[in-house]
Amino acid sequence: MFVGLFARKQTIKFFAIAAIIIAFIANLAQYPSVELGGYTMYGMIEVTKFSIIFNAVAIGSTLLYFLLSGSEFEKVGDHVADYFALVFFILAGISLAATFSNLLMLFLAIEIMSIPQYILAGSDKKNLKSNEAALKYFLMGCFSTGVLLMGITLIYGSAGTFEIASLGLGAENVSPLALCGTILVAFALAFKVSAVPFHFWTPDVYDGSPTVFTSFMATVVKAGGFIAFVRLFHVGFAGGEISSHWMLLLSIITALTLVLGNFTAVFQQSVKRMLAYSSIAQAGFMMFAVIAMNLAAAQGIVLYAAAYSIATIGIFAVLLRLKDYTFEGFNGLAKKEPLLAFAVTVFLFSLAGIPVTAGFFAKYFVLAAAIQQGHLLWLVILAVLCAAISVYYYFRVIMAMYFKQGDPQVEPVSGGFKAGLILTVILVLALGLFPNLLLGCL
Amino acid sequence: MLTVLLILIPFIAGLIAFGLKGSGPKALAVISSLATVATAIGAWCRLGSAPDSLSFTANWIPQLGSQFRVGLDGMGMMLCLLTAIAFLLVFISIYNRNYESSNSFYGLMLLSQAGLTGVFTAYDALQFYIFWELALIPVYFLCSLWGGDKRIAVTFKFFVYTFLGSLLMLVGIIYLYTQNPDHSFSWESFTNLHLGADQQNWLFWLFFVAFAIKMPVFPFHTWQPDTYEQSPTPVTMILSGIMVKMGVFGVIRWLVPVLPEGAHMWTDVAIVLSIIGIIYASCIAMVQSDLKRLIAYSSIAHIGLMSAAIFSHTEQGMQGVLLQMFNHGINIIGLWIIVEIIQQRFHIKNMDELGGIAQKAPRMAIFLVIISLANIGLPLTNGFVGEFLMFSGLFQYNHWFMAVAGLGIILAAVYTLNMIQKVMFGNANALTETATDLQPSEMLALSLVVAIILVLGVYPKPILDLVSNTTAVVLKF
Repeated sequence: MFVGLFARKQTIKFFAIAAIIIAFIANLAQYPSVELGGYTMYGMIEVTKFSIIFNAVAIGSTLLYFLLSGSEFEKVGDHVADYFALVFFILAGISLAATFSNLLMLFLAIEIMSIPQYILAGSDKKNLKSNEAALKYFLMGCFSTGVLLMGITLIYGSAGTFEIASLGLGAENVSPLALCGTILVAFALAFKVSAVPFHFWTPDVYDGSPTVFTSFMATVVKAGGFIAFVRLFHVGFAGGEISSHWMLLLSIITALTLVLGNFTAVFQQSVKRMLAYSSIAQAGFMMFAVIAMNLAAAQGIVLYAAAYSIATIGIFAVLLRLKDYTFEGFNGLAKKEPLLAFAVTVFLFSLAGIPVTAGFFAKYFVLAAAIQQGHLLWLVILAVLCAAISVYYYFRVIMAMYFKQGDPQVEPVSGGFKAGLILTVILVLALGLFPNLLLGCL
Repeated sequence: MLTVLLILIPFIAGLIAFGLKGSGPKALAVISSLATVATAIGAWCRLGSAPDSLSFTANWIPQLGSQFRVGLDGMGMMLCLLTAIAFLLVFISIYNRNYESSNSFYGLMLLSQAGLTGVFTAYDALQFYIFWELALIPVYFLCSLWGGDKRIAVTFKFFVYTFLGSLLMLVGIIYLYTQNPDHSFSWESFTNLHLGADQQNWLFWLFFVAFAIKMPVFPFHTWQPDTYEQSPTPVTMILSGIMVKMGVFGVIRWLVPVLPEGAHMWTDVAIVLSIIGIIYASCIAMVQSDLKRLIAYSSIAHIGLMSAAIFSHTEQGMQGVLLQMFNHGINIIGLWIIVEIIQQRFHIKNMDELGGIAQKAPRMAIFLVIISLANIGLPLTNGFVGEFLMFSGLFQYNHWFMAVAGLGIILAAVYTLNMIQKVMFGNANALTETATDLQPSEMLALSLVVAIILVLGVYPKPILDLVSNTTAVVLKF
């Protein structure tokens, strides 16, 4: 991972891409050995098929991200190698988040994911907004870390162990200690995935950070937060009385996230800020996977992470090439750059959950998980109404590109970028037509 | 395999059309739709002798038990035939027009044809849902790119409306799937579910709203007149000729067989809504001066009658609906073809500014009169048989419902004859003085329409025989 630090500037991107491909292959190489069951390492991490597939999604998305937006790193500042290294650190945190089996490892995973983000958010040193974003994120992030640690302590106090599989919280009588701990942990993780009402940092941080890093933070990192969330609650806090307590709490958080994220996104004027709110809204859908706790939920979160990350990375990659981030900046893009406009349309369809794109099956699985669960039907109907609202702001971009006249300021795009974009579009459509490409491995 | 071909031909032709230039897309569209009509007729011939050869199954998502399953029964066959013929008529009638970036125009048209055929042939609920959405996307772009001045807002309203409806249906489909011990989305297993009455009670609305928006049934119709008015007329033909049939089809294929008790429980509500739609739309149609809006409202009235007749759950009613689905599709497309011609010649669609066209264009006048009379169901035209059967079905269910719905016929005669008089007869003004009669391609399309009207008006048996097995199946539930 440090190889980038010593290389010449031009070759850094090349090394990064090579390294990520090696990481991707190394990750998949473990797959045959866990086909029949996972293995554990000193009770700290547990590698299963599920975590390997999730890591493959995270690493694969990062690869696409490097291919599409890697060249934009240079425009942020001088320390290009550092940026790549930080991204790799985050990735290490994510793979830990997908495999932890001990609360201490959870804490480490979350911190390894978060600290490099604080730096990336502030990497545009001369920009006041970037500084503000970094500071805000850092302060709020530290606070939530404290809450997480407090929660873990309380749970330890009640259960006497850090092992998530043997917490034994599913028993008949829940001690107030354990309940408080669970709630605090839930709050801290809700902060990390920017669920309402812990989302206030999101729009400012996503808007203030250099766009190229926003694109990573809003996608792969968020998916990493969710995998930690799902893992902890499905393994550690499942069953018994305790699950009914946190399930109610998380249902309310989900409902708030869906409503607030979608309604606020409608009123945004900047596409970048709209995507920030849309990421909150999409988090609402991913929350379903946490509360539903069944097979469909586990499949759903992997598919959702893939669909959402790929599509959002794609949109950001195009956004980076535009001068003007408002909706008007997209006016007439279809005439000038038909390929870019078509790709963005496919990505937006995917985010809106329209069939034959990956987003449709992602939404399908999380909704199916919630319906199977039984008493979440009210939430499902609410989610469906919110999905209809989301069409409004996603289609505003499509309308601007295709139906409005304008002369968008686009940087010239290279053939390689176009090829990467086409690859991404194919991936989105392939997952939309044959979701079993991914699910078959689970 | 013929069924798969029905979807594949327009789909592939559509993709190719995007890459062609000049008059290439136009020619390709006509060739592809001729091939589709031929395939549909071929399938019709085999439906009696070897119906199994028309279904096709392939594994699609084994984890979910969802399959790619297409097949044809009488109703599916009839609607595929209608789709094939309708697109052929549309393409012939606009052959002289030149659209801006015509490759995209024809490409999207053909893609929507593939989507529609997919809806009518799907026997797997998930696949049905996917085609249902797919048929909408090309139409959204067609309306927004080539429509009238207010197209963007209007089409968007249309899209959000139908998208919300379909999402509710998706929730319903997933719920049914979770209740299904077979872990399958197949039509057969869904119809074997026999859910409790309380479940069917609310599930009915998830599906009914989706279909009612598409049809549209009062009070879900508000998107329709605006969209018909603002869309480019060829797209309006598809919308009113075929897309609204998706809603009727959905009720007959999925709603009634899967949720029979739910449908039974809400019969009166559904019929009352439909009848309110008939009367309301007919009254509004009478005071319209815009030609396109008038036909849009008349379409709401016709669909309302079909919806009411389905829920009457009688043999005549059902046969009437199925026959009328075909006839209404043909008639309304005929009407739109003439509207399109008028709009092209005079660039207005306000009836008060027209008049006296018959003097200059007698052939056009004759066609308009025949098609309009068929549209209001005069004997010896195709509209008569279907409407008669629907009314007699409704009569068997409840006399009063039939009596109120019957008012719709009288109102229809009023606004239709009024329209003919204002547009075709009376004194010609400065604008209509310049009228020219039909061109060969328009002549061809309209002659086909009138031929179908007259043949089916006298001898509707082929279609009635074709759909009778569907009626029998649906009435069993």
